[in-house]
This record gives sequence, C-alpha cells and structure tokens, in this order.
Amino acid sequence: MVLRLLHRAMVFVLSVLAASVLVFAFMRVLPGDPARVALGINASEASVAALREQFGLDRPVVVQYLDWMRGMLTLDPGIEFISKAAIGPQIADRLQVTLILVTTSMIFAVLVAVPVGIWMAVRHRHADGVVMSAASQVGVAIPAFLAGIVLISVFAVRLRWVPSGGWAVPAQDPVGFLQRLVLPSIALAGVQAAVLARYVRSAVLDVLREDYLRTARAKGLRPVQALWRHGLRNAAVPVVTVLGLQLATLLVGAVVIERVFVIPGLGSLLLDSVAQREILTVQTVVMVLVVATLLITFLVDALYLVIDPRLRTGSR
Amino acid sequence: MMGRMRTSTTTRSLVAAVAATALLAGCNAGAGTSGSPDDGSEEGSGSGGGGSEEGDGEAGQTGGSAPGGSDETVRVGLVAEPASLDFTTTDGAAIPQLLLDNVYETLVTVDAETGEIVPALATDWEVSEDRLTYTFTLEEGVTFSDGSEFTAEDAAFSLERVSSDAWTISLKSQLDVVESAEAVDDTTLEVTLSRPSNSFLYALTTRVGAMFDTEGVDDLAEQAVGTGPYTFGTWDRGSQITLERNPDYHGDAPYFATVEMRYFQDANALNNAMLTDAIDVVSTVQAPESLAEFEGGDFQIVEGTTNGEVVLSMNQQEGNPLADPALREAVRHAIDHQSLLDTCWAGRGELIGSMVPPTDPWYEDRTGDFPFDPARAEELIAEAGAEGTELRLRIPSLPYAVSCGTVVESMLEDVGLEVTIDELEFPAAWLETVFTNKDFDMSIVAHVEPRDMANVFGSPDYYTTYGTEEIQALFEEADTGTEEEQVTKLQEAAALISEDAAADFLFLLPNLMVADPDITGLPTNAIKESFDLGDLARG
Repeated sequence: MVLRLLHRAMVFVLSVLAASVLVFAFMRVLPGDPARVALGINASEASVAALREQFGLDRPVVVQYLDWMRGMLTLDPGIEFISKAAIGPQIADRLQVTLILVTTSMIFAVLVAVPVGIWMAVRHRHADGVVMSAASQVGVAIPAFLAGIVLISVFAVRLRWVPSGGWAVPAQDPVGFLQRLVLPSIALAGVQAAVLARYVRSAVLDVLREDYLRTARAKGLRPVQALWRHGLRNAAVPVVTVLGLQLATLLVGAVVIERVFVIPGLGSLLLDSVAQREILTVQTVVMVLVVATLLITFLVDALYLVIDPRLRTGSR
Repeated sequence: MMGRMRTSTTTRSLVAAVAATALLAGCNAGAGTSGSPDDGSEEGSGSGGGGSEEGDGEAGQTGGSAPGGSDETVRVGLVAEPASLDFTTTDGAAIPQLLLDNVYETLVTVDAETGEIVPALATDWEVSEDRLTYTFTLEEGVTFSDGSEFTAEDAAFSLERVSSDAWTISLKSQLDVVESAEAVDDTTLEVTLSRPSNSFLYALTTRVGAMFDTEGVDDLAEQAVGTGPYTFGTWDRGSQITLERNPDYHGDAPYFATVEMRYFQDANALNNAMLTDAIDVVSTVQAPESLAEFEGGDFQIVEGTTNGEVVLSMNQQEGNPLADPALREAVRHAIDHQSLLDTCWAGRGELIGSMVPPTDPWYEDRTGDFPFDPARAEELIAEAGAEGTELRLRIPSLPYAVSCGTVVESMLEDVGLEVTIDELEFPAAWLETVFTNKDFDMSIVAHVEPRDMANVFGSPDYYTTYGTEEIQALFEEADTGTEEEQVTKLQEAAALISEDAAADFLFLLPNLMVADPDITGLPTNAIKESFDLGDLARG
C-alpha cells in the first residue's frame, strides 16, 4: 500500500515536470511575439527589442524556465507582461468559477446518467431500453458548444427564462448566480451524461450476468433488489474510472463553454492570454489544469481501494 | 460548380440589397431622433459636435456644473476587452475606445459628424505665420479626477512625455514633429514644431494628444486619472469595466451616472445579450447578417461609416509574383467589388477604390479606376505569361477577412490564378508571418486608424511593400504645405496608389450599432479612436 502510494507520487511529480517542460517549450515555438503584440503593428525593431528585455524574454530559456518554476513552487508566478496584474490571484479567482461550473455539471451528469444507465441495462431487451440506448448514442455525438448555443437560443432568447450568459458572484446575487449557472452546466453535462450512461449500462449488464447475482435471484430477490444489494458496488468500479476521466474532459470542455456563455473562468483567461501572448499566464493556467487532472486520476485510484476490498488485499 | 456559385451569389446579393435599403430607411429614422435636441431635461444632453463648437466663443465656462443627469446606468456591449488601461505602452483599439474623451481628454477633438477639428480642453489656438508655433489657450477651472488642477504645465508635460521613453507604442511617432511644448502661463501652452505639419493638430485629437496629470502617471496600467466626463470605476477582468460620472466635470454633466462596458469575445453571445436585454447598446455588430435579428422595430439600428479600409495587400517585393504591376492590375480588374461586399459583408459598407474614407477632406471616388472586367484581367495575365500563378492569401482569423477571403479566392481563380488561403491567428501569428517576415503574397486586413494613408503606403519597409519615392514626396509635400496643398497632394497620392495597384481596396467597414430605441447620442460614424459616452442619454 505504501509502496503503491510512493510509486503514484513519483509518477505524479515526473508527469508534472514533463508537462511543464512541454508547455514551456510549446509557448516558445508558438509564432507571435508578446512585445510586438503590445506595441502594435508599426513598432520598430528597436522598441520591440527593448520591450522584450523589459519582459525578461531576452534571457536564456533555461533561466526563464527555472524562474517560472520557482515562481510556481512559491505560489507566486509573477505579474502579466501587459496588464501588470498579479497572475496568482487572477488564476485563483477564475479557478473558483470554473470549479463551480465543472462540479455542478458533474453532479447533473451523475444524477441523470446513473438511473438512466441502470434502466437501460435492466430493460435492455425492451423497447424503452433500446430507445433510450439509441438516444444516448445520439447524445454522445452532440458537442457541448452546440448544445450551449441551442440552449441559449431556446431558453434565453426565445423563452427569456434565464440570462443568455455572464456570471454573478454567489454571495452577492444568489438568484442571478443560479440562473446563470443552469444553462452552461446542462450544456456541459449533456455529453458527459450520455457517455456515462452508456458505461453504467454496460457495467450493470456485465454484473447482471454474474453468478452471484443469479444466486441472489435464486434466493428469491427480485431483479432490482438483487442489483441494489449485490450488483451496484461491483458495477461502480469501471464507472468511477470513467468519472475521473470525464472530470478531466469537463475541465477542458469548460474552456469552450465559458466562451459561449461569457463566463469569466479559467478557460476565458486561457484563451485571452493566448491571444495576447501572455506566455507566463498561459503556462501557469495549463499547469493548473495538468495538476488538477493528475490529482483527479490519483484520487480515482484511491477511490478504487475504498470501493473494492479485493484491490486492497491484492496490493499487499 | 463555379457557374452554380455565381447564380446563388446574384440571388443573395439581390436579397441583401433589398434588406440594406430597408435597413437604411429605418436607420435614417433612428438617426433623426438621436440628432434632435434631446428632451431638454438635462443641460448635459445636446453636447454633440454643435455644443463643443459653441464652446469656442463662450469658452464653456459652466464651471462647477450642478450635479445633473440621472441615476441610471447604461450597459454597453463591446467585442474586445483592453489588456491594460495604459495606451502609452500597449497598442490596440480597445483602450482608447474606452478611455479617450471619456476619462482622458485632448486639447482638440474631432466632430464625429463633420470630421472637423473642434475645441476640447483648449478653447482656442493660434498658428504662427511660419506655421511652426501653435499657441493654445486652455480652459480655466478644469480639474483632474484626483483633485489637482489642469494647467498648461500638465499639457506641456503630456505632450513632451510622448517623445520620451515612457511612451513605447509605435503611434507615438505621430508627434515626432514636436520640438518643444512650453507653459507660458497657467492657461497658455506654446508648442513649437520642427517643420510645418498639417497632421500635427489632427494627431492631437488621438490618444497621443491625451492630457495626463503630472502626478497621475505612476500606475497607468491600472489607474486612469483624467479630466473627462467619466472617471474610471472598477474592472472585473474578463467581463466588465465600469465608469462613473465625474462630479467635478468642467463641461456639461453626462446623462448616465454609470456606464458598464461589458466585453464579449463571442459575437453570438453579444447579440444574445442584446436580444435578452442584458445590455442596452451593441457598440459594433460583428457579423452584419445578424442584423436581421434586430429588425422589426424593437431595436434602434445605427448605420454609418468608419475609417476601416479593408485592404487586399499585395507583396510587391523583388522575386514575388505580384512585383509585376500587370498582375496586380489583373487582380484589381478580377474582383467584382459590389458582389464581394454583398456576399461577404451582407452589402453593408461602402466601396472606396483607394485608401481614403468619404469622411476625409481629400476623398475622391476612385471606384472607377479598375472596373470589374474579368476579360481584361485574363488578357493582362496572358500578356505577363502568368497563367496559373500560385498566390498565397494569408489572412488573419477575423470575421471580415475569413468571409471575404474565400470570395477573393473564387474571383481570382475565375481568371486563372491559383489561390491558397492560410488562416493565421490574429494578432500574434498574423503579425509575425505577414507583418514582420513578409512571408505572403496577398493578405486582407482593415486599417482602422484615422488618416492612415501615409502610414500604410509611405514606406517600402512596411508590409504593403509599396512606398515609392514618388509617393513619399507627395506625402511630405502634403504634410508641410498649406491646407489647400494638403488636400490636392493627398488626392494625387490616393490616385497614384490606386493607379499603381499598390493594393486593392475591398470596401470600407460600416459602423453598425444596435441599441434600445430610446437611447440617444450614438455616433452615426465611428471615425474617432474613442467611443464617446458623454453624449449618450435615454430620451
């Protein structure tokens, strides 16, 4: 168990290091110069060079890399080139918004997918199960941003039930906050729910064919009772894996959804910073996403141990 | 396939033309309301161009104006959020759009309707016989939002600062001609030029002419201290900036107590916000075809002109196919500009033919120089032996460039040229590839700075790669000559640029705005760097 955790931690650190080198290198080969973007199209070479020096972009890349890493480890990644705003607090602000959005979407997705998936499995030989299964296939194919656009034009523009976008601070305007949270969360949850429902369905189907379930039925339990008492915990293992992966894709999907719904989250910050070539901000945001993804994977691993006692003994 | 495309283009252009006419009628009605002397509830309202001109005689001595105006807030939707508040070191239209004339004021400004230069912080100015000395008389009793008084000291400081290292953006070169700026007394400023310059006074109306407080320039990126009708309020990065009415404003108090500038990176999101009443004004309609959503009377649509010439540049450096003037002429003949405008920009905008918008004094209609004539284009190509020449059209990822790029491609392929389109991320990647490295044959971009013909075509090192000695001489004579000479020389320059096929001019971007029907004071023409908020009112 300890060994396993140590191993995990090593993998974690190495992945973060590798990702940081990749991100850093990528931002250096990306065409476009932050100094030229800041100074405008007619800027002279001399003034661009002067500004590069001021931004610290003329230093050797190794120095720039180490400087950035030190900044991140001390949780103070520095200030932006152009706006001179501190990067750390900005990311913290935006991360809150994105986390609220992602968490809500995940809850929506699970609330829909688990009952629907079980239903599809139990009724897989019946018309309703087949129809739902087909519907979920279609759902998998709808991109979140398209769902977002359709939801806006129906529920915001036509019906005027909710605002078409924007964000409100929950403490200041709880109603406005919830109104603005609903559509993007549904848009983001839609595909995830469809994918997740399909996994739940196949996991439950697998479990339904297991001997222990037949035994339970033979004892006299009705199918749903048997599934409830003996099946679900077993079916949960593969589903939790998918959930972890999905949480990571949700973080990335939020980048697009935030743009469609004009939400000032991490994704909007990332896109704006790429356009402005705020290299430091881009690198740091990407690292936050990488670390978050790795953490999720790590937590999923830990969850296995909780769910499935067989893994606990197996690792000793 | 080409044939089929043609037909559909014609049909679409017809539809677009009808829609445009209908819209024009509607918008004239709108302009009528906004032009009328507003309800008279506020002394602040009618301070458009007319108001400022009156200020000339009476020196606008309203003094500490009574706190007029309403408690209302106006919410303006815009497309690009500023990266910083400091336009002295950061380029980009979003910063002066927000701050100029609203927070920072200039000595003189441009009347958005007539295009004339009118008084602002300077009530009057005299030009010496040799046209080298400008003596400005400044308005009295003007204070900055930090409480300190605005004097000739501040004005001299602001102008001299432009040529120091404190300013870094390339536009600072517009004031290179300033030799010195001196405060004679508190309200008299004397500016000496190194040579006579017609563009000097105009430059003062832009961001390089902004008046700063000698004590207020320490943190320009996050603090803006000016004399304008509004003061900088708060900034929620990624969503909005608020401006608050300046209680000590020296002129007429603006109607709205608070202005919320809301930023939308996504054009659909901006339109949806307007449709759902989350904002009151759309400052720039990004996709003209979306105007249809706003027709039908619930909204006010404003349509006017801008300074944004959409230029199809042609790389004429040695060794490039378009170095051959015949081929460039062929390109100009091959493009059916009206049909292009109808197809890619819903027929909104104006055809220009050269680098001058109709709101400049030296505008002449040059659209007849290279009429649409595909047969002539093919002939020119055959004479040059250039059939099937491959041209790389490297465009920025901007709506007008993307949608018009494909039209240019198909029109040029119709006359036997091979065009490949590369879409480059704007600004960073496009700037590097096209601008700095000049690694392109053709590109499409709108040059939105006012009076920028000399900037864009005056130097062979610029990406347009034109700047012949002849044109440079014309620009020089225009700037140093009398005002009449300026007009004739710039007319000659525009004609020469067109005849040499230095580039093709696809069209002039329209100023398209949508607003609640009762909003007044919106500028019909967007020919300034600023988005003037002081005149906005709800009538």
